[in-house]
This record gives sequence, structure tokens and C-alpha cells, in this order.
Amino acid sequence: MKRRNLLATAAMGLLLASGGAFAQGMDKVKACFVYVGPIGDGGWTFQHHEGALAVQEKFGDKVEIQWQENVPEGADAERVLTQMALGGCNIIFTTSFGFMDPTNAVAAKFPDVKFEHATGFKRDSANVSTYNARFYEGRAVQGHIAGKMTKSNKIGYIASFPIPEVVMGINSYYLHAKKANPNVELSVVWAFTWFDPAKEADAAKALIDQGVDVIASHTDSTAPLAEAAKTNGAVIGFGQASDMAEYKDGPRVSSIIDNWAPYYVKRVGALLDGTYEQADAWEGIAGGEVEIGEITAAVPAEVKAEAEALRDSIAAGTYHPFTGPINKQDGSPWLAEGATAPDGDLLGMNFYVEGITGDIPQ
Amino acid sequence: MFRLEKRPTPSKFWLYATPPVAVILTMIAGGILFAAMGKNPFEVIRTIFWDPVFGEFAFYLRGQLLVKAGPLILIAIGLALGFRAGIWNIGAEGQYIMGAIVGAGVGLAVFPTESRWIFPVMVVAGAFGGWAWAMIPAILKTRFNTNEILVSLMLVYVAETILAKASTGFLKNPEGMGFPGSRNFSSYPAAENAFLYEPLGLHWGGVAALVTAVLAYILLTRHQAGFQIKLAGQAPRAARFHGVNPARLVVMCMGISGALAGLAGLFEVTGPAGQISIDFNTGYGFTAIIVAFLGRLNPLGIVLAGFLMALTYVGGEMASTNLGLPDAAIQVFQGMLLFFLLAVDVLTNYRFRLHVGAH
Repeated sequence: MKRRNLLATAAMGLLLASGGAFAQGMDKVKACFVYVGPIGDGGWTFQHHEGALAVQEKFGDKVEIQWQENVPEGADAERVLTQMALGGCNIIFTTSFGFMDPTNAVAAKFPDVKFEHATGFKRDSANVSTYNARFYEGRAVQGHIAGKMTKSNKIGYIASFPIPEVVMGINSYYLHAKKANPNVELSVVWAFTWFDPAKEADAAKALIDQGVDVIASHTDSTAPLAEAAKTNGAVIGFGQASDMAEYKDGPRVSSIIDNWAPYYVKRVGALLDGTYEQADAWEGIAGGEVEIGEITAAVPAEVKAEAEALRDSIAAGTYHPFTGPINKQDGSPWLAEGATAPDGDLLGMNFYVEGITGDIPQ
Repeated sequence: MFRLEKRPTPSKFWLYATPPVAVILTMIAGGILFAAMGKNPFEVIRTIFWDPVFGEFAFYLRGQLLVKAGPLILIAIGLALGFRAGIWNIGAEGQYIMGAIVGAGVGLAVFPTESRWIFPVMVVAGAFGGWAWAMIPAILKTRFNTNEILVSLMLVYVAETILAKASTGFLKNPEGMGFPGSRNFSSYPAAENAFLYEPLGLHWGGVAALVTAVLAYILLTRHQAGFQIKLAGQAPRAARFHGVNPARLVVMCMGISGALAGLAGLFEVTGPAGQISIDFNTGYGFTAIIVAFLGRLNPLGIVLAGFLMALTYVGGEMASTNLGLPDAAIQVFQGMLLFFLLAVDVLTNYRFRLHVGAH
């Protein structure tokens, strides 16, 4: 919280320094979206696009939306962003971590265009904001279900890249699985991709071969669920980023749904009415950005009720998924009894908590 | 009935006519595709082929064409030398990655020293990285007679794994808050491959591509080694009688193409890409194979083909963003280009004959 206040103060300072140029509303906004994958991924990019469509629906004629799918993270992103800025976009949402440097580089050249970068930490100029969601809150709920549901006591996690965002998800998932079932063991497979159905399926297969019967994933496609579906109910999993409801009759027992619509509507709305300010947003279940998809009948009613109670206590702010005592993997203390993790620790998280085996790729 | 009949000698006319005919056929078939998707085909084709060069934002996009074409040309020329000799290096993507890692590694090792020798040494290191990676399939082929297509292709995946390791481990930015990716070269002037002339998108990679094209042209037309390459491809037995050492030719062709791919990677990582990151490679090594064939394996043809390919990328993005076309449609359009090229290419060696009677 402190960190965000600090940034808000900094943003206010910049606002004053720029003579209130931000404070004018606009009659029409062109909102543009840069996607790392195809809209049809059924996961991460799909949800961002749903958010974009919600903006269009909310503001109608006052907003024009544009998007570009499958933008590689690197030199190509810079070109796409420049084209969009030249093409008259007023606000550009870059929806993947790897767009961080390109976003900041292009933003420096177009001070009148607002840039919003998802999941990053760099705000080099006043027109760059960052936003993210507290997905680790959803991971806590999934971890609880996983711990209760596993029969082999082996649960798995398909991780994408060793960045704090992913590591905190793994830790949250493991801590709550362990709380629900002290015998649980976690296997993590690093796929090194956000979207590659073939690699994701291979990762799921590798986990299943090790005897894992609950799989969570931090990649964007439905491939891990498709792989789990081949086991005829022996292996369950979760929808990731999107509800993935088409697997409800099969392995999908719940999901984390990224709901970007409220944030996108808020930001574009602020641009329209002149209240836009630089921000570093990090909302969770309470803000509606992280939703827990329906827990299916495959989960016993009692476990479902516990999971929902966990969700509600997180939403109400009475429980923080990282509440001490928690030790790091090497046994050194991280959080004391009753202490909750400061945001700064989470945003830079590069360690496993005690009990997880294996190493974070370095 | 029409029948295909082998020509006694390859047609000179079709050799040169194939690429433009393929481009026109792609435009027609692509136009039909876009029309079927409910878009105005003329508008889409104009956005892809005309707007990047002459449209409203041409001042920016013209430069982007060379940025995109440079690495394609550099890699494709190296591949073309091998392809002409019947040596199939399919793994340029891996050599591109290794060139970038080795070159960037040298630069990052001496960070933040400022010296004008740093960048040239990195260039040499980049070429070395690509060369060394290409030597693996070359030596396996000459020693153990393995298939260089398979080995070089598989090594791409090995290189991608090393790239992931580099960006999360040994080349990770120590000031990056634990996030993967190396330092950005844009904030390290001694190692940066900055634009020499930005309106044209010219950086050292573009210079290297154009110079290499000229050198390769001279090699193929004026030099003994060029003659050996062509001979080995067209008549391997004759080449042997002529004293061409097949093993040495494999090592030379793989080495040149590997070194050029490595150079492309180095210029890209220090310039447009800016840093080693997990997704640093975006398929230049594979697209260059198309460029090599589109350019008829001729260095000057490859320069034109590289620009054409760059145009479909840059223009395709414009069409996708501005006209709301799905990215997959643009990829289909690019795929059509290769498809028509191969289809029309049949006419170089074969001709249609009207066949009367027999049925």
C-alpha cells in the first residue's frame, strides 16, 4: 500500500508540474491493445480482448478500439506501438510482461499518448502506467482444492517464466495445498512460454507420468486440460486466465478468471472525463479483477464450501494468502507469526517457500 | 488434356518470371481470401504493399523495412550458398540465437567499460558464436555422415533452451529486480548498435547485409570457391573429379551461413531488440529460408526478396491493426507466397503440353 501511495504522490507531482494538461477531458478516445498471443488462445489474450470489447460496449461511439494479436516481445513490439501511436491511438494497453522495454521506449517519444503496461514495473515517463492483478489470491483457493482433491498426494504446476508473478503463484498454491493436506508434494515444470499448446501438453504429460493428479498451469492455452481429459477423470486441473468452461464436464474443477474489463473501462473513462492519472494498479478478488470460476460438482460440497469461504475472506481483507509464519525454501525465516507479506516482497519474489523441492531456474 | 513435360534445359525466362508471377498470384488469391472475410481486398492489398512505402506514415515505416529485411538478407545469403551446394542448413535460427548470446555476453562481461573496441570485438564474437554452432552439424556430417537437416534443426531447440537459461541466469540484468532478460544495450553506448541513419533504418546490420550481398555475388560469379559450390550442387560427381573436397565444402558452407546468422543475431540484440530475452528470436532464421528461395538463391535476388518479405510483415501488421484482420489471415497470406512460388517454379524445369488423343 505504501508503495502505491508513494507512486500516487509522484504522479500528482508530475501532474502539477505539467500544468494540468492531463486534466482536460476528451470527446472521443481511440483505445488500442497489443496482444502477445492470438485472441483465440482461450486464456490470457482472450480475456484482455474481452476487456477491450467491454470498453467498446460501455462507451459506444465515444470510443474506437484497435488491436494487434501475436506481437512478438522485442523489436516488433516497438514498431507496432509506434504505428499505433502515429495512427492516433490515445491510450495503448500492452498486455504482456515482455512489452515492458518497448512500451517505455515508445512512450518516451509520444508524451501525449497514454501507455498502460500489464504486469511490469517500469514507469520511466509520466505517461506510462502499470497494472496487474493479485492472481496469487486465486492460487490460494486453487491450492486448497488441490490439497483436498489429490489422491496420490502429488500436485503439479506448469510454470511459464521464472518471474516474481509466477513464483508468487506457485508459493501461494503450495502453501494452501500444504495447509489442506500436510503430505502434499509439488512438482513444477518450467515451460518457458506463455502460449505453446504443444509444449504445455508435454509439460502436463510429464507431470501425469510422475503420478501427479492435480495440475495447475500458468500458461495461456487449454492444452493442459485437454491432456488431463485423456486420463478419464484420474487427473483434474483448473481453468487459467479464462474460465475454460468447455472442460467443466471433464477435468476442470474451478478456474481463475482474469477480468480486465473493470480496469479498462475505468482507465478509458478517466481519459474521457479528464481525471486520468499515472497509476500502478494491483487489484485482486476484492476489486473484481480476479474471479474464481464455478467450482464443479466433482469437488465434494464440503471442500467447495471451504474454498469459497477462503475466497470470501480474501475478498473481505480478513485473510492474506501470505500470512506468517512462513520460511523460505532454505529454512531461513521470511514472515514472522501473524505478519503478512509486504507488496514489495511479493513483486520481487525470487524464492520458493519452505517445502517446495527443486530450484527456480537461474 | 495438359501434361507436364520436362524441359531439356531449365527455362531462363521462368527462372526470373517466377517470383513476380508468384507475388501477383498471391495478391489475387489473398484478395479473394480477404473479400471472403468481408474486407475490401483492394484496401487490404494497398495497405500491405503500398502504404508502408508511400502512405501517411511512410517516413517511419520505410526505415522499418530495412530493420526487418537486414537480418533476413544476411541469413538468407549464407543459407543460399549452402543450398546451392546441396548442403541444407535449416538451423539458422539456432545459430542466430547463439551469435546473439556469445556477442552480447562479451559486451556484458566488460560492462560498463567504455572503449571503441568493444563493439567490433562483439561483432567478431557474434559471428564466432553462430559459426561454432553450425560447426556441430558440419562436423557430425563430415565425420559420422549424419543428416545436417535434422541435426541443425534440432540444435535450434537446444539454442532456445540456452537462450532461456541466459535470460534467467547467466546474462540476467543484475538490476532487473529478478525479472528475466539482460541489460538493455540502449543504455550502454559502447556496445550499442545504434541507427547510423534513422530515416532509412540503417544500422550496422543493414550495412553488413548489403555488403555481404555484393561479396557473395562476387564469390559466386568470379571466385573458384563459388564455382565449386555451384558445381557440387548441380553435378556432385563432376565436382569430385574437379577436385572439390566434399567435406571441406560442407565445413565452409555451414561455417559461412552460421557466421552470418550469428552476425544477424548480434546486430539484432544490440540494436532493435536491445536485450537478450527469452523470446528474443522471432523466426528470422526460418523465414530466411523462404527469402533465399524467393530470391532464387542469388545474392542480389535475395536483397529484393528480403525487402518484399519485410513489406508483408510491416504492411501485414498495418492491415491487421487498422483493418481488424486476424493475424492468422496475414500468416496465410505469407504462406501463399511460398506456396505459389513453389508451384510456379515447376515451370522452370517443366512445361505444359497439350496432349491430344491418348485418352
